[in-house]
Amino acid sequence: MRVTLWGTRGSLATPGPETVRYGGNTSCVEVCGADGTRLVLDAGTGIRRLGGTIGHEERVDLLLSHLHMDHIQGLGFFRPLDEPDQEVHIWGPPSTTLDLRARLGRYLSPPLFPIRLRDLPCRLTLHDVPLDGFEIGALRITVALVCHPGPTVGYRISEGGVSVAYLPDHEPALGARQFPDGPEWISGYDLAEGADLLIHDSQFSSAEYAQRVGWGHSAITHALQFAARAGVKRLVTFHHDPAHDDATLDRLIEEARGGERLPFDLVPGTEGARFELGA
Amino acid sequence: MPQKAIEIILMRQLASYLAMPIMLFDPAGNLLYYNEPAEAILGRRFDETGEMSLEEWYALFELTADNGSTVPLQARPLVIALQKREAAHRAFWLRHADGSRRRVEATAFPLEGQGARHLGAVVIFWEADPA
Repeated sequence: MRVTLWGTRGSLATPGPETVRYGGNTSCVEVCGADGTRLVLDAGTGIRRLGGTIGHEERVDLLLSHLHMDHIQGLGFFRPLDEPDQEVHIWGPPSTTLDLRARLGRYLSPPLFPIRLRDLPCRLTLHDVPLDGFEIGALRITVALVCHPGPTVGYRISEGGVSVAYLPDHEPALGARQFPDGPEWISGYDLAEGADLLIHDSQFSSAEYAQRVGWGHSAITHALQFAARAGVKRLVTFHHDPAHDDATLDRLIEEARGGERLPFDLVPGTEGARFELGA
Repeated sequence: MPQKAIEIILMRQLASYLAMPIMLFDPAGNLLYYNEPAEAILGRRFDETGEMSLEEWYALFELTADNGSTVPLQARPLVIALQKREAAHRAFWLRHADGSRRRVEATAFPLEGQGARHLGAVVIFWEADPA
């Protein structure tokens, strides 16, 4: 399994010379299975470059974690959607009242976007993501609702004994009297448990988190604690705050590490990073 | 032990901050959590007991009506919330094994998650004046 980060920024695209290394594009991750199955996780602005690498004849499966703007803003610029006869499937969480088509249509329609969802030329199928999991090609996809405002899911993608867990927007520490608590009381735990690679929300410093409790994101220290409790092999910090430039992120991640020897590999999430699992 | 549904986790976290006695049950009626105000009603701390099976829960006290008769299972707010998936409210007496009694009112409501997932029920207790 190959995992590539096409966008690692949270909340708002943040291009500029001070964010070149971590990247300015918002959430988008590509997962490719050994059989060639390709999944795209989220449609932040990073999806535009990814779209240029996908062949016209390929089936594309786009899995949305939720429909906040930074996770769908690149959708209208994802080239496969403009290709007649290209097979595209979009999976995402429904709300309790509206299905995925109705909710995506709010963005992909005037006045926010000039082209309507129904007018896209590709062969598009929308799916309310099944909470009991599903398979695409040889990839097994486990789904769970997680702690973030509005309907939000995390994904775990497994193939041949290796797995990647994707929790880009996640606040498992919200309201917890002690964090991390017992595994059964931690949002997202089952998705992350023992994963070879965990891509996890690390938006805030601890001081910032104290001012933003309930916003749906984690302090970097929470991501580290969550990863340790879940027993992952590698943690990739993700969904970096727009206010954090490269130098700040370097410093915050090292401060969160605190000179400790961690029970997993800590990898700062940078745009363009690629991970080979099970190789 | 598998992770609880996110709705159950958030409900527990909310309950832990509220001053009302609150108990959280799974669909089978097992007591998953009760907060500090509820500890006064149960007479034991959650940190000591942890989760409680339906049998353990029923063994804690007897539910009786004002006339002293046992409240039938099907008339109990928790059972209505779990089986009929409806909100229910009722006043009754709790008689502990040591013979002590207290009159309470209980409001129960089902927890229904996305995808038609029945997740359990919440019971909120209110101290009531003796009838």
